[in-house]
Amino acid sequence: MSVYGTDKRHHTLTVLVENKSGVLARVASLFSRRGYNIFSLAVAPSDDERFSRITIVVDVESAPLEQILKQLDKLIPVVSITELDPASSRERELLMATVEAGPETRGQVIQLVGVFEGKIVDVGPDRLTVMLAGAPDKLDDFEDLIRGYGIVEMQRTGRVALPMLDRADGAHPRPQNAHNTEKAG
Amino acid sequence: MELTGAQALIKSLEMQQVEVMFGLPGGAILPVYDPIIDSSIRHILVRHEQGAGHMAEGYAQVTDRPGVAMVTSGPGATNVVTPLADAYMDSIPLVVVTGQVATTSIGTDAFQESDITGITMGITKHNWLITDGADIPRVVAEAFHVATTGRPGPVLIDIPKDVAVKPMEWYWPEPSDLDLPGYHPVTEGDPELVRQAAELLLAAERPVLYAGGGILRARAAEALRELAERTGIPVVTTLMARGCFPDSHPLCLGMPGMHGNYTAVTAMQRSDLLIALGSRFDDRVTGRVDAFAPEAKVIHVDIDPAEHNKVRRADVAIAGDCRLVIEELLSALDGLGLPHSTTTRGGSGGAPSEAAVGAPAAAGSAAAAYPRERLIPWRAQLGEWQQRFPLVYDQQPGAGALKPQFVLEALRDATPDDTIVASGVGQHQMFASQWWQFDHPYTWVNSGGLGTMGFAVPAAIGAKVGRPDKTVWAVDGDGCFQMTAQELVTASSERIPVKIAILNNAYLGMVRQWQEMFYEERYSEVYLSPDLPDYVGWAESMGCVGIRVESTEEVAPAIDKANNIDDRPVVIDFRTDAFEKVFPMVASGASNDDIVVDPSLTGGVH
Repeated sequence: MSVYGTDKRHHTLTVLVENKSGVLARVASLFSRRGYNIFSLAVAPSDDERFSRITIVVDVESAPLEQILKQLDKLIPVVSITELDPASSRERELLMATVEAGPETRGQVIQLVGVFEGKIVDVGPDRLTVMLAGAPDKLDDFEDLIRGYGIVEMQRTGRVALPMLDRADGAHPRPQNAHNTEKAG
Repeated sequence: MELTGAQALIKSLEMQQVEVMFGLPGGAILPVYDPIIDSSIRHILVRHEQGAGHMAEGYAQVTDRPGVAMVTSGPGATNVVTPLADAYMDSIPLVVVTGQVATTSIGTDAFQESDITGITMGITKHNWLITDGADIPRVVAEAFHVATTGRPGPVLIDIPKDVAVKPMEWYWPEPSDLDLPGYHPVTEGDPELVRQAAELLLAAERPVLYAGGGILRARAAEALRELAERTGIPVVTTLMARGCFPDSHPLCLGMPGMHGNYTAVTAMQRSDLLIALGSRFDDRVTGRVDAFAPEAKVIHVDIDPAEHNKVRRADVAIAGDCRLVIEELLSALDGLGLPHSTTTRGGSGGAPSEAAVGAPAAAGSAAAAYPRERLIPWRAQLGEWQQRFPLVYDQQPGAGALKPQFVLEALRDATPDDTIVASGVGQHQMFASQWWQFDHPYTWVNSGGLGTMGFAVPAAIGAKVGRPDKTVWAVDGDGCFQMTAQELVTASSERIPVKIAILNNAYLGMVRQWQEMFYEERYSEVYLSPDLPDYVGWAESMGCVGIRVESTEEVAPAIDKANNIDDRPVVIDFRTDAFEKVFPMVASGASNDDIVVDPSLTGGVH
């Protein structure tokens, strides 16, 4: 069981913001003072150095999604917001875990990592550090399975996502699936 | 041309046509105060930074200019936090400049350092910490643009001392140089939505125009009046909108909400269509939200789309500037065959006759699309409520306790009808809103959303600076007055002749009222004192004329005396009845259906 997963209550917002100091604080502060819950958060520079992309997974039961989008939109450094429905987007996360892997279980852990197409990134006498990138539910499954061996430490990144491509016209996101908000003051 | 950052900042303010700023210097802002000596900008030296912020708010509310305030770092900056929060709630354009410790000291807990951009993030429309002097002109231009466009609001510019001292190469940015890729406020409404709104409007049987402060911010008072007169739809004006539609107009129902009049509150409750124009379904207006206006469809016009569906779901939500959207709505009504009003307007502020406003459309014209007759039963119902549930109070002649409402009526009748009235927060504010007759926009200055006690004195000073041609009265409570009265020293020394009417009931009156009504008359920490301080002595020590009034006979002469003094501030200490309560009242959390009117109207407690 995991708190992650493709629960319907969660929505993924990719927010293009100006790459200036304090912008993440503005976004985070908005969520806290309006009482919205951030489920996961990932920030990185975008392909245009003037902008960064913040991927936020929000708990939409904490407030109507419409209010979250509109309040975010009011922040001056927020350039655009795209709401991605988990059913029509590709979402990925990275998991790293240090797992108990003594002589009796080491082979099984290595096999499991292989099945999930993960990697072993560090090796100790009776522990392994493994990593796995993939869809959140795949990571959930992996996490459940390695828990039995003993997780010493584990970290998961915030989720990143892009809209699914339209198979009829491979170059463009499906417009009906991506909700783009126009900026308005 | 090389300038210091400080010179560039002041020159940038001049480029923005700033004529007046309110402030108080200190260590970190010292360099910026030097070029003020050589500037065309009038600087008004306040006695507390909160005063500077509220003065800038008062100035902005009565002019079409943003208010400007400048203070130092640390405590100077934190002292303007309340005015910023106030301006944010009431959408008042402010540009506040704060000094900051040198960039090399930021983050070291330096003397008078505070993270003012962090502190004010949630109570400004945007703020900037300038770390490079070359950014100063552009940031100032951006700040004024953001403060005054879209939904107006306060912004803050934090300027570290070293940035103010260092030289920079002067330039003035073109509009295209502004670096605001994420800021594109909407102005015009979506034509399809406007058409839907027009159709709803023509189909309604019990419509109400629910006018909010956005009408004033959008300079839409004229457009609103045309809409009301052409459709014959009655108007309620919220606390923030008082004056945007004349109280003397036959279609004006006055203020709705917790202390609104019975007819305005009940008209909204029974309405089948609320046309919300620059209003935001504030909890003080709606009462219990799930019981508010249960049968009404909602058209919601607001320049801030985040207000749509925040409290009440709108059937038609139009994002746009109220003035432009009302004008579009009028065009759409033309298209649907609504005739132009035959109303001839009276003199300035004069109200058209009831008959003219309600005149049915000429028979046989395309106006059959909108039978005004349909509104006749609704208007008759409203008229009946107005007859049955007027605002009332009982002033006993002679030695009876002086009623605050009596004072306000006397003051209203003895001052020009375009007098600007500023108020603090509490009973006196509600009495003022109820008993004044607002017939002109931009004549009512108060703290609506935040409810900031102490707002009146500095806001009145700022308003008088902005409109020296007008009479400015502050209606204040004794509790409020004690919070910011020191600014009367500013007013005296700067020769700003404001007039202050203190309704001195020796209590924190609104809290006392609640304790009487909801806390079994257990009065906890609400008694002040009628005599401590000695308001007349205090006023005089601050360079004002002080007058004490204790009986009804003294009221008119005192007001006349005050109105005839124009070279210094005047303070009148009206000793009013401590037990007077504000009615009507909708208890907090109650439905507007459970409005409690003055007990004398129902023969006992309702």
